[in-house]
Amino acid sequence: MLKLKPEDLAGIRERMARTMSLREGQARAHVTVHMGTCGIAAGARNVMRVLLNLLEQQDAKDILLTTSGCAGLCSCEPMMTVEVKGQAPVKYVHLDEAKTAQIFESHVLAGKIVQEHALAVGSERVG
Amino acid sequence: MKPQRMHLMLCTGTGCVSNKAFRIRQVLEETLAKHQLQDEIAVVPTGCNGFCAQGPVMVVQPDGIFYQMLTERDIPELVEEHFLKGRPLRRLMFTPSGEQEPVPRMSDIGFFGKQRLVALKNRGLIDPERIDDYIARDGYSALAKVLMEMTPEEVVEEVKQSGLRGRGGAGFPAGRKWESRRKARGEPKYIVCNADEGDPGAFMDRSIIESDPHAVLEGMIIGAYAIGASRGYVYIRNEYPLAVERLGIAIRQARDYGLLGTDILGRGFDFDIEIRRGAGAFVCGETTSLVASIEGQPPEPRQRPPRTTLWGKPVNINNVETWANVPAIILRGAAWFASIGTEKSKGTKVFSLVGKVRNTGLVEVPMGISIREIVFDIGGGMAGGKRFKAIQTGGPSGGCIPASLQDLPIDYEQLTAAGSMMGSGGLIVMDESDCMVDVARYFLEFLTEESCGKCTACREGVQVMYQMLAKICAGQGTGGDIDLLEELSHAVIDASLCGLGKSAPNPVLSTLRYFRDEYEAHIRDRCCPACVCKPLFHYRIDENRCNGCGACKKNCPYEAIEGTLKSVHGILQEKCTKCGACYDVCPKDAVTKIPNRMKTSEPRTAEELVPA
Repeated sequence: MLKLKPEDLAGIRERMARTMSLREGQARAHVTVHMGTCGIAAGARNVMRVLLNLLEQQDAKDILLTTSGCAGLCSCEPMMTVEVKGQAPVKYVHLDEAKTAQIFESHVLAGKIVQEHALAVGSERVG
Repeated sequence: MKPQRMHLMLCTGTGCVSNKAFRIRQVLEETLAKHQLQDEIAVVPTGCNGFCAQGPVMVVQPDGIFYQMLTERDIPELVEEHFLKGRPLRRLMFTPSGEQEPVPRMSDIGFFGKQRLVALKNRGLIDPERIDDYIARDGYSALAKVLMEMTPEEVVEEVKQSGLRGRGGAGFPAGRKWESRRKARGEPKYIVCNADEGDPGAFMDRSIIESDPHAVLEGMIIGAYAIGASRGYVYIRNEYPLAVERLGIAIRQARDYGLLGTDILGRGFDFDIEIRRGAGAFVCGETTSLVASIEGQPPEPRQRPPRTTLWGKPVNINNVETWANVPAIILRGAAWFASIGTEKSKGTKVFSLVGKVRNTGLVEVPMGISIREIVFDIGGGMAGGKRFKAIQTGGPSGGCIPASLQDLPIDYEQLTAAGSMMGSGGLIVMDESDCMVDVARYFLEFLTEESCGKCTACREGVQVMYQMLAKICAGQGTGGDIDLLEELSHAVIDASLCGLGKSAPNPVLSTLRYFRDEYEAHIRDRCCPACVCKPLFHYRIDENRCNGCGACKKNCPYEAIEGTLKSVHGILQEKCTKCGACYDVCPKDAVTKIPNRMKTSEPRTAEELVPA
């Protein structure tokens, strides 16, 4: 193994940054793929796969990807919610690979909501 | 590297490992693979999370969901429900004692929320067997800063300014120790880490080494630079196999990266570390005995002054937790460290909180926190609905602090003034079912076995004190015992060479100070108010609660219970050996413990004889 010089430490931190931000739960953007049984049946796992590939290509370190249970709108699956820090969450419906990629580029990376695939802005009131 | 979306931080500290954490890891990985999730989700073995009574423990990131008491059988449901479908499993979450709703997030659980992590800052977030994880969280950045930007004198000064005191128990200012070693003449100089941790039940140091060994190594390398040492030893007790293994891996990885060995980080500084294992003697935790052991001598303490040397050369010895604090002090500055804690006790301290509290485990808190906050906020209050009576601090060298002093801030001087001491960080919470005389007896029994025997006062004195306490607990104490115990205590303190002897009488003196009435009850009345000392209390069946089920009679190994089915049963006192089996099995809580000589409200029945 290579003997480190002081500047190499920063390189390792860089390389590990995404792993650490995942463990610390910090992120600029949070994408939730809804994966109830209905979601999975409709192809949510494919959406997840696409997002993971996009994350890898982008080498993004501040985007968190999680799943949740059924969001309630089973007829609109696959669905995902994109929440950029400081903005309201947006639910996207009837997803496929192309739409997922488009939403990732436009909303997650550039902060611009993709109106034509969005169901609603904001989330339900609870309680 | 394919990105992952979830990390399962699975605790693999010895506590959870003894509860099958390694098997859980295996099953987790198999189940994830079954669901084709192995690329998205990783199982990361971490060190101890601290909430040891609730193990095996796992934290799911990035959600921050805390799972506890995991078993192999839970895994299939957990993987399918939470990791695949995103529905966290409530039944595996922690529900605080006495409450109905589980608390999903770790940061919301009282046990964790009130802690402040410095030495344990990487807790639950890194795999201790991967040096890159440590570096990712600023690991070895302090070392780089020291080697690039600071002179050895500046490092010593920084540690002095921080106010860091030895965490092994004595609390000697670390910076002053380093300064005197820096000035000392002799080559080579040595750095030693005291990882012997002999206090019964203490596991702070074990936890640090199992969870974050590099923090200790980095501290030692910085210390070596500061005092001009080229060789280092970690003296670790052999009873810690997992810690020894992880330390060995860490040292090898550090060497591979050029962080140990010659020309560290290319800055021309040489330093390397070896492991030395202790063979089970408590006295080896004492600095001079430890050095003797490294030299291959029998572990007996040496006179100080002259200052301790290793093979005649200057040596700087610090405790595991002391070393683990050094990188943070260098990176964040002495002023930051000194801003935490009290005027004379800076920084944080790792404690093992055990005993009769609801939440037991390992905690790190700022110095100055009150006993009340530790017991009730972090500890979750008393278990079993009993009253807080006392807290024992400092292990066999410490003493008991009564509940009346629960607002005392935890700080070196305050604990000593109250008759106890900080020690290495053991905190045993006691309730009214703990007998303070028995506690003193227990620690003295331990110390009689561990005394090295060099000093007559310790060797003979502690033995005599223990025998006196054993007699008192057996109901054979005599008037004058208390005075003699006190006199002996002071003699042992005066005439012992090392800390073992000098602090051995503490359990006796502190319990005498605050719980003298218990001693008097044992001696004068042949009575143990806490119902612990077997000859000094008895079991009695409450006739108002007994339903005659006969469970006690069936379970009594000595046929000491009489009674027919459906009628009140009674204990034959002359046969009863106080084993407590009836007490444990009675479904009606009808078996009560009664201190001898204590009047009960019910009249005694003919079949029960109270010993004279």
